[in-house]
Amino acid sequence: MEKEERKKKVKEEAKEKEGRLTGPRVIGRRDVLKGFATVPFLGAFAGAWARKRHIERELKNNLLEVVHLTAEPADIVPVAINSKPLRLGIIGFGLRGRHLLRATGHAEPQWIDDAKASAASNRLDTSYEDFMNQEDLNVVINGVCDVFNIHAEEAVEAGANIFRQGKGGKMGTVPKRYRTYKELIASPEIDAVIIATPDHWHAPMAIEAARAGKHVYLEKPMTWNVPETYELVKAVKENNIIFQLGHQGRQTESYIKAKEAIQKNILGKITLVEVCTNRNDPNGAWVYPIHPKAGPDNIDWAQFLGQAPFHEFSLERFFRWRCWWDYSTGLNGDLLTHEYDSINQIMSIGIPDSVVASGGIYFFKDGRTVPDVQQVVMEFTKHDLTLLYSASLASDRQRGKVIMGHDAHMEISDRLVINADPQSTAYSEKIKQGVIDPVVPIYSFTPGKKGIDGVASATEQYFASRGLLYTYRKGRRVDTTYLHMREWIHCIRAHIQPSCNIDQGFEEAISAHMATIALREGRRVYWDREKEIII
Amino acid sequence: MTKNHHLREYSTFQALMLVLLRVSIGWHFLYEGLVKVFNPDWSSFGYLMDSKGIFADVFKYMATHKDILQAVDLLNIWGLVLIGAGMILGLFTRLSVSCGILLLSLYYLSHPPLAGLQYIFPQEGSYLIVNKTLIEIIALCLLLAFPNSHIAGIDRFFQKKNK
Repeated sequence: MEKEERKKKVKEEAKEKEGRLTGPRVIGRRDVLKGFATVPFLGAFAGAWARKRHIERELKNNLLEVVHLTAEPADIVPVAINSKPLRLGIIGFGLRGRHLLRATGHAEPQWIDDAKASAASNRLDTSYEDFMNQEDLNVVINGVCDVFNIHAEEAVEAGANIFRQGKGGKMGTVPKRYRTYKELIASPEIDAVIIATPDHWHAPMAIEAARAGKHVYLEKPMTWNVPETYELVKAVKENNIIFQLGHQGRQTESYIKAKEAIQKNILGKITLVEVCTNRNDPNGAWVYPIHPKAGPDNIDWAQFLGQAPFHEFSLERFFRWRCWWDYSTGLNGDLLTHEYDSINQIMSIGIPDSVVASGGIYFFKDGRTVPDVQQVVMEFTKHDLTLLYSASLASDRQRGKVIMGHDAHMEISDRLVINADPQSTAYSEKIKQGVIDPVVPIYSFTPGKKGIDGVASATEQYFASRGLLYTYRKGRRVDTTYLHMREWIHCIRAHIQPSCNIDQGFEEAISAHMATIALREGRRVYWDREKEIII
Repeated sequence: MTKNHHLREYSTFQALMLVLLRVSIGWHFLYEGLVKVFNPDWSSFGYLMDSKGIFADVFKYMATHKDILQAVDLLNIWGLVLIGAGMILGLFTRLSVSCGILLLSLYYLSHPPLAGLQYIFPQEGSYLIVNKTLIEIIALCLLLAFPNSHIAGIDRFFQKKNK
């Protein structure tokens, strides 16, 4: 009996259980509680999230009190397309000349083909896309001149390539090839000239162009020796031409921000600036390739030599001219000038009061006369400031461009990072309060990045410093050489002087010459401000 | 025995731990997602470009094609948020957990911690083959093996009738 009852009970229980699982589902209070049991976690998350955002905002606001930079690059004035096209001539179509002509919108058909192929095999190479996106500057290449026939012919092809096509594409009017720069400058078909020749030709050509009333875009360094520097300044000013020196770094966004930071005294008193241009490859050491078809029959050697001392024909000297003082200004003209000009742009330091320099040919013992390792120390007594330049052509170790102040230091590349100094007077309170941590930047700026703040994450900084961030997403990249060329062309049309004008050029040239004299004569060189002469 | 019937066999402690595991992984996903939602400059570009291992080319391909990169960013950001919220609330949990496994597997495959591979992004610990991503993947698999959103979670309301 008991057994049966027990069986019945088990059956009923099973039935009941079954019913519970298979019967109509009723949502009870218990279900609601269990169903929403984890919702409070979401509430806790929201609370924690809000608090974190609040702390970050506070920190950012506190930092903004210290560093608030608003400067933006000047708006680019649209090109006056309806105006008459500006008629350009180019002298020198080597590595740099090609780049400059591309900045005007004219590339050799072969370059177009190569860039296209490169973009197809490497998506990160945007040079073709960037070039095709470059705005039409309403200019026409009317004349070209190069003492090497093959380069001159390539310049003609590039000048005619107004539709930006590859080999076999549709071409425009073919520019005239001039045998000498004098003929090109004298031509009534030319309004303005781009000069991208070896250093020893810069001033003679620019002076000639200025005297002929032609506007000039001149590659850096401005001059090869001191006397022609004064002569060029005089020619440019007397003839009232628009002169742009080729320091395209003038267009770099981070330099514009850096200048504002200095003006707002964020760094405190600045006493030391360190710049460096280390490179470590043959091309960087001026061992440029020698054209396989080049020879005395297709190079006008006499015209190449110009004011340089006589030397027998030499392919090496022709293509690797930067290695010899006979045509070059060495590291001072090639690389120090860019660094100096960027600091002059940011801090308006002018010409140094004195300069010492040293160096030697320590790695490239290939017959060159120009040192491959060199240090320059410039003193600016009026500013209580030393500028230290150092370079090796046999090491890629970068030491950055660093401006050191009592309250903070700033490292500049295409990015800009400012860190407070642990011993700063101005920020001591904020450091004590924990608002400023000297290890964390008080300001960081990455071009192309929308938001500007001091609390960029470590990851972000890590990637950005290696050029991996914001390369692709934030619109297209723009070539600074293009911007610099564009500024010059705009200034010609508007009859105003560009950012790297003859006064900036004079300071660049004199500072670089002081370094070269100090190096070659092994002495401390001074600038007499009153007489405006190097002593 | 039905599956759900089996579920009810968890002890309270077991159920509590499973739910806690689910909620904490969900929290991690949600936060990773929201950080990216609120950073307009965030992009997976750098991470993808730093890919190593046999699938590196695939990830780099994604990074270097603008449209694909945009889609990847969007899917990653909102994927993280939705997976995270779903796991905390216990809503569409099977789907959320499965998507989470897929997403983490992609991270793992793009940055496998194998001998000889160096990454730009500094790691906070030392890993060989097994890293936290892999452990999180396995923890998510565990949640698939031991479902618990029917115990505590909105999925409870959608519990189907069993035959």
